[in-house]
Amino acid sequence: MTNSPQEQINAVEMRDIVLRFPGVLANDHVNFTLRHGEIHALLGENGAGKSTLMNILAGLYKPESGTIRINGERVVFNSPRDAISRGIGMVHQHFMLVPTQTVTENILLGLDKPGFLMRLPRYDQKVADLAEKYGLKVQPDAKIWQLSVGEQQRVEILKTLYRGAEILILDEPTAVLAPQEIQELMDTLRLMVRQGKSIVFISHKLNEVKQVADRLTVLRKGKVTADGINLEDVDKETLAELMVGRKVIFQLNKKPHQPGEVVLDVQNVSALNNRGLPALKNISFQLRKGEILGIAGIAGNGQSELAEVITGLRSCQGKILINCQDVANQSPKRAIDQGTAHIPEDRTGVGTAPGMALTGNMIMKSYDRAPISQKWRISYTAAREFAKNLKEKYDIQAPSLSTQVNKLSGGNLQKVILAREISCGPKLIVAVQPTRGLDVGAIEGIQNLLLEQRDNDAAVLLISEELDELLDLADRIAVIFEGEIVGEFPTAEADLKTIGLMMTGELRRQE
Amino acid sequence: MSLEIILRSGLSTGTILLFAAIGEILTELAGIQNLGVEGMMLLGAMAAFKTALATGSPWMGLLAGIAAGGLLSLAHALVTIHFQADQVVSGLSLTFLGTGLALVLGEGLTGQNAPLIPNVTIPLLARIPWLGRIFFADQNLLVYLGYLLIPAAWWYINKTRPGMHLRAVGEKPAAADSLGINVYGVRYLYTFVGGCLAGLAGASISIAISPGWYSNLTTSGQGWIAVALVIFAQWNPLRAALGGYLFGMLRRFMLDLQGPMLLFGLRNPFFYNHNLVFFLQMTPFLLTIIALVWGSASARRQRIGAPGALGTPYVRGERG
Amino acid sequence: MSAPYRLRIQKRTEEVPRWLPMATSIGAIILAFLISGLILTIIGGDPIRTFRYFFNAAFGSWGALSDVVVKATPLLLIGLGCGLAFRMRLWNIGAEGQFYIGAFFASLVPLVPLVDMQTTPKFIILLMMALLGMLGGGLYGLIPGWLKAKFNVSEIISTLMLNYVAVFWNNYWIYSEFSDAGFQMTPMFAKSAWLPRLADYAREVKAFSGITLHLGVVFGIIAAIIIWIIMTRSRWGYEINLIGDNPQAARYAGIDITRNIILVFMLSGALAGLAGMSEVSGVVHRLQERISTNYGFSGVIVAWLAKLNPFATILVSFLFGALIVAGREIQPSGLYFFIQGTILFLVISSDVLLRYKFELVRAASEE
Repeated sequence: MTNSPQEQINAVEMRDIVLRFPGVLANDHVNFTLRHGEIHALLGENGAGKSTLMNILAGLYKPESGTIRINGERVVFNSPRDAISRGIGMVHQHFMLVPTQTVTENILLGLDKPGFLMRLPRYDQKVADLAEKYGLKVQPDAKIWQLSVGEQQRVEILKTLYRGAEILILDEPTAVLAPQEIQELMDTLRLMVRQGKSIVFISHKLNEVKQVADRLTVLRKGKVTADGINLEDVDKETLAELMVGRKVIFQLNKKPHQPGEVVLDVQNVSALNNRGLPALKNISFQLRKGEILGIAGIAGNGQSELAEVITGLRSCQGKILINCQDVANQSPKRAIDQGTAHIPEDRTGVGTAPGMALTGNMIMKSYDRAPISQKWRISYTAAREFAKNLKEKYDIQAPSLSTQVNKLSGGNLQKVILAREISCGPKLIVAVQPTRGLDVGAIEGIQNLLLEQRDNDAAVLLISEELDELLDLADRIAVIFEGEIVGEFPTAEADLKTIGLMMTGELRRQE
Repeated sequence: MSLEIILRSGLSTGTILLFAAIGEILTELAGIQNLGVEGMMLLGAMAAFKTALATGSPWMGLLAGIAAGGLLSLAHALVTIHFQADQVVSGLSLTFLGTGLALVLGEGLTGQNAPLIPNVTIPLLARIPWLGRIFFADQNLLVYLGYLLIPAAWWYINKTRPGMHLRAVGEKPAAADSLGINVYGVRYLYTFVGGCLAGLAGASISIAISPGWYSNLTTSGQGWIAVALVIFAQWNPLRAALGGYLFGMLRRFMLDLQGPMLLFGLRNPFFYNHNLVFFLQMTPFLLTIIALVWGSASARRQRIGAPGALGTPYVRGERG
Repeated sequence: MSAPYRLRIQKRTEEVPRWLPMATSIGAIILAFLISGLILTIIGGDPIRTFRYFFNAAFGSWGALSDVVVKATPLLLIGLGCGLAFRMRLWNIGAEGQFYIGAFFASLVPLVPLVDMQTTPKFIILLMMALLGMLGGGLYGLIPGWLKAKFNVSEIISTLMLNYVAVFWNNYWIYSEFSDAGFQMTPMFAKSAWLPRLADYAREVKAFSGITLHLGVVFGIIAAIIIWIIMTRSRWGYEINLIGDNPQAARYAGIDITRNIILVFMLSGALAGLAGMSEVSGVVHRLQERISTNYGFSGVIVAWLAKLNPFATILVSFLFGALIVAGREIQPSGLYFFIQGTILFLVISSDVLLRYKFELVRAASEE
């Protein structure tokens, strides 16, 4: 570290940061510099260590070694409070908002003012003023659970601004936004930079990063592979290589395939969500065997509920025919019997039994059939054989068959689910966010697997928030907005702008 | 059997349930479920009685009872917050532990007379026709404390800043933590407060409202009824107090049912066949179950529920 | 100033070593005894003498050993039932009530009487009593199970409330209809309603005289084997484990959770009811006000201490039986409760060792 007389004082300087989690070295002697008034992108695959590094900066984790300097001064953060007092604010990927409290209450949480007696209406006004200043529209007395995801994100940003944050960290902010909202966000960020803020933008999406960032740093497996390079100096391919470490060829084996008869027929389905509000409103569509239908939409527009009514986890009105059998409002077993496979959004929630061994999870769908089941008994020998085959076939990294699955990484966990579901030779696959949070290698593997199934004449309903994924994989795309299908067309005719408008409800195409 | 007596008695014995229930409400709003309330109540009752007997001062006894409940609850807090043990089993174990300890240390106390917290009449308010006689005349000092605690608790939880922090910690501790609120500290604090209130409830039995030490019959399940009341009350102190007073009235009513030869003009079955009283004694427990059924159905209707993180240990940075 | 070593606490990523769960349970028991000894000393007792007395009272003679098994029998049955329920994260704290109701139902055979006590073969009578005991306990377990499945009513509170109700129910019948000349107990059952004891064969084998060990323990052992087979070898056991681990995943796999909640609660209650039958038929030979020394609650602790393993339950119930036998003479009587509570508390505290690894590392060797 040489000190030249003209060395500028940077907003943030992190040097030699090391942090380990059980079993993984998350940050390996990482250096990171944020200059004043810039938007700096922190790029890398899922699991590369970006969130971890920024969590350290935000005071949530403490590094084992390394130094942090804010505006040239050495600091040590023992808690988020210390970081906040230094002007650092973080908007997390998973929002840290209290659902049952209002916008203003969430913004005021943890502060010394208001005093003991809160006078909320006065603060509602303050919040409204602040929101106006940065062009972020919110309703201060609304409860968080009533807000859309985009609005919740604005609350998170306001939280940091209210606390006088000069350095903002945004962790994967665009994951939950529609294309136009992303644009709005970018404009907001540029506005904030003009007002003197410095911003770190964590992402794994190369396109977005190119649009808004000034400089970028790339992390791969905990190490820095590119330290503060200027955006003009790199192209997409080099970036990808820096992220992944090998020449990435975006290659998917998609061949044209002729769809067959209708496998899934959703007729006039309506359903309520967990809040008792309508989530699906009179939805109808069909899916044929040998085709992939992509459902595009911003999170929270009914996708989860759609997957749940089809797989029997939620009640609804209307008919859902799988192979001409109505499975609506019946136990999940009915859908499973018709050859349905479900790759759920929530891997540790619905998808697996975290405390059970690999074997136990693998047989979840086939435990009541021969050869694993013998009348009332279970043959664990057969079960282990079954699990062993799948483990090898899908290359699942785990110490042994009796490892509890909550010790597996995200990618391996998803492989367990896929192995289990696909090994039953399904006729209908309902896949919800199947590649979320996985690294590029795993993503490629899973996407090819889905294509393979389609080529084998399975019908695939692919619900995803990644438009790119849908454009790459799906044969047809339907856009869902507020529980209705507002547009449906072959992928070949897809146009990003139109889709974006449909996703935010500004356009409905008549079928 | 007089309505006035039933109401007076209801306020008085209901205060016991009220203290324990409000204490548990505070603990659960922070996200910790403390099923050791029964044990803490009994321990508090014993400690209060023994101390009052030994020192001659009911006030010392009161302090001792509160402290006993609070200390025991700290064990629960340590194990569930720092060790992340299962909250249900921890609470249950502390009920056994507290009960056992109370029985052991309370040997030989039965039949003794300890100095008591006095009954008091509030001068002006007692003059209010009918209501004054019930609410403000010759009630124990602790009953009046209960009157004050109810609105104070409600106001604290809903209208103050620490109350907001409390609710945030129980609803979504990650959010509170990320904004610098000490989640562990808050949980420890309110578990302790809940334990102190449970101890207070116990003390209010043995040295105030139902004086005496009768080993484990002193509390006879009231701690559990208090825990059930919390669910019935939807974590609202006002409803908890109402439920407590109603239960108190019920107990008195049941007692009165056994006395007279004629009940509402008909032969009183309880008078003529004393064994039928056993069925009468079942009533509070059966009613508690019914209250729970009603409570959960009503919660589903209004889509309110338990604090979001109730029963789940919080670990910073837990990967989802 | 820094120590050359420091404690590193890390979440476990690999499996827990096999011996650790049992070791923590045993360690907890030992520690609980040490603490109780401390309390005893504080209140003026002599812990060494007490514990030596404990040991003698429990293991000193064949008679004592048989008493231990007799006390262990209901604990075993209840511990098995509770263990089953706990696997599904159903907190059945109502074993006490299910025990009483099972005893009541079983007692109906000789009390009503449901069959002629003189001419019906003993085997039939006992079979009827056992079945009725299980039926009674099972029905009483059905109530909280149904309440939980249908209304999501906390089973902890409903079972606890029902415990009190069961005692009052029994009291009514004991004090009035079935009372023995106004005393708080029923008349003694006819001999044909007694579970066979080793003492019955004292004429053939002299050593058996006075040995109260009865057939009930065989019920317990058979139940343990059956439960073990169910949990480790059967489809139902797999479903129960899955529901206990993640009910959402179980639903998704098509398992009917409601049905299983009710079934498991009924089976758990049936075992407690069988324990009740075993106690009134094999030990007291009548229905009386106090037939349980808190077996219901002790059974909960037994199950947890045995980490829900059926065979470990046999061992632990034996240990607790010894505690009861020895504790009979121990003053003060609350100590038994206290030791139990402490053991349970220490066991769950020690669970932290199963979740986290505690290592001493050289401070200097950290990179």
